[in-house]
Order: sequence, then C-alpha cells, then structure tokens
Amino acid sequence: MGGYAAFVWSAFGVTAVVIVVNIVSARRRMRSVWQQLVLRAARNSQRRTSQ
Amino acid sequence: MLDWTWFHKLASPPHFYRLAGFLSPWVFWPALGTMVIGAYGGLVLAPPDYQQGDGFRIIYVHVPSAYLSTLIYAVMASAAGIGLIWRIKLAHAVAASAAPIGASFTFVALATGMLWGKPMWGAYWAWDPRLTSELILLFLYLGYMSLRGAFEDLNKADRASAVLALVGVVNLPIIHYSVIWWSSLHQGPSIKKLDSPSITGDMLWPLLAMILGFTLFFAAMLLFRLRAEVLDRERNSRWVADLVREQSPLGVD
Repeated sequence: MGGYAAFVWSAFGVTAVVIVVNIVSARRRMRSVWQQLVLRAARNSQRRTSQ
Repeated sequence: MLDWTWFHKLASPPHFYRLAGFLSPWVFWPALGTMVIGAYGGLVLAPPDYQQGDGFRIIYVHVPSAYLSTLIYAVMASAAGIGLIWRIKLAHAVAASAAPIGASFTFVALATGMLWGKPMWGAYWAWDPRLTSELILLFLYLGYMSLRGAFEDLNKADRASAVLALVGVVNLPIIHYSVIWWSSLHQGPSIKKLDSPSITGDMLWPLLAMILGFTLFFAAMLLFRLRAEVLDRERNSRWVADLVREQSPLGVD
C-alpha cells in the first residue's frame, strides 16, 4: 500500500464495523419490539383467563 | 385519471410490513455482494493514483458514505415533510428509521475523511467548509434522534422532529456546493457527469459499484428498521395482535 496501509485499512475497517453495527442494531431492535409484543400478548391472555 | 389505490395500499402498515419482509432479503444480499465486488475492485484491481499512490483507495469508502449521508438526510426530511403535511403515519416511521442509519454513515464519511486527510493534507481535521458542514449534518442527525427521544407522546415527537429535519435541509446544498463556493482544502467532485468523469474507468467502476452497494445496503437497513418501527407503532392494532398470535413460539392466545 505504499506507506498508506494504516490509513487505508483503518478506513475500510471503520466502514466494515459500522456496517456490522447497523445490521446487529436493526436485528436487536426487531427482537426487542417482538419480545415486548409477545409479553404484552401473554399478559392480556392471562388477564382474560383469570376473569 | 391516475389510480392512487397502490399508494394508499403501500401506506397501509400491515401491507407495508409484509412487503418489507418480502423485499428485505432481495435487497440485503445483492447489497453485500456489490460492496464486496466494489471493495475488491478498489483495493486490488484499481491502479494506484499518480499523485496520491495507494492512499487514494480510501475514496472507495469515503465517497459512498458521504453521498449516502446526504441522500439519507434528503429521504428523512422528505418523509418527515410528507408525514407533517399529509399526516401519513408510515412517513414518520420512515424518517425515524432512516436517522440512525444516516448518522452512522455521516460518522463513516467524517472518520474516513480524517484518515484520508492526514497523509494528504498533513492534518486529521481542518475547519474547512466541506468538513464543517458535514459535521453539522452529524449534529443534525443526533439532534433529530435526541428530540424524538425527548417526547413521550409519539405524535408530538413526530411533529417536532419533522420540523427540525426540514430546517436542516438548508445544510444539504451547503455541503454539496461548499467546495465550489469557498476556497477549500477538499477536492472538487470526481464524478460530476457520468459521461465525462475526472477519473479513469479502472478507478471509476469500483467506485460506482460501492455507491450502488451502499445505496442498496441503506435500502435493506431501512426496510429492516421500518418493520420493527411499524410493529412498535401499531402495537395496539388488531393485525399486530393476530400476527403475534400466529408467529409467537410461546403459543400466546
């Protein structure tokens, strides 16, 4: 890389990390929303059964 | 007369949720493939620049992320404006989902720019018009997200953040024309016109592949995030309750 390796690989590294973080955070957000919905549905179902 | 039923159907949350679920893998995998091809072309196949040597290869991540940072802001502000004027709930969801993706790519544009600036200009940072306006863009994204988080009422959060997003649009032409309007350390545009770019074809095709790959990646991330956002906003609706009942591993009834 003609003396520029540290800069070039760092730039590609930062980009790769941000791409991975984007994928992971989108999946985590979906999982968290879904878990909340399931818990809520379970609570509602329990309430209906106890009434 | 124009038939707008497709538009109303698209703006319907349950229809959009299913459509986004179908489309997202068809966008995500081509995005990753195109980025890998573009990165290989940029790192291995493209010849070194006659002035900057191999240091110019940072262009293959810097330019696509800088382009994406402004494109995403335009998408976010347009969606926020549509939500504000026509009160389409899905439009606010688009704006809210686009903001973190835009902020992350603005950070990449700044970080890779600094890594390119050090060997070429001798400094990681300079208060140059292009760099400063891009930093303001990052603050606009962070401000938009903070403002949304400051409200408990979703409708108020949507409206207040939409106004901020629209005000911030003024920064987009400043970013674009800053290298033309003011004396700048930053170089001018390399691909102003596709028929007469200022870089050779061997260097250009990986750049175009990376720009395409990054754009598809944004589309895929937006679809992923939008599905979660739509579910969260529609949590009290009948269709979400039915969906949870159908798909829950806990067998909720």
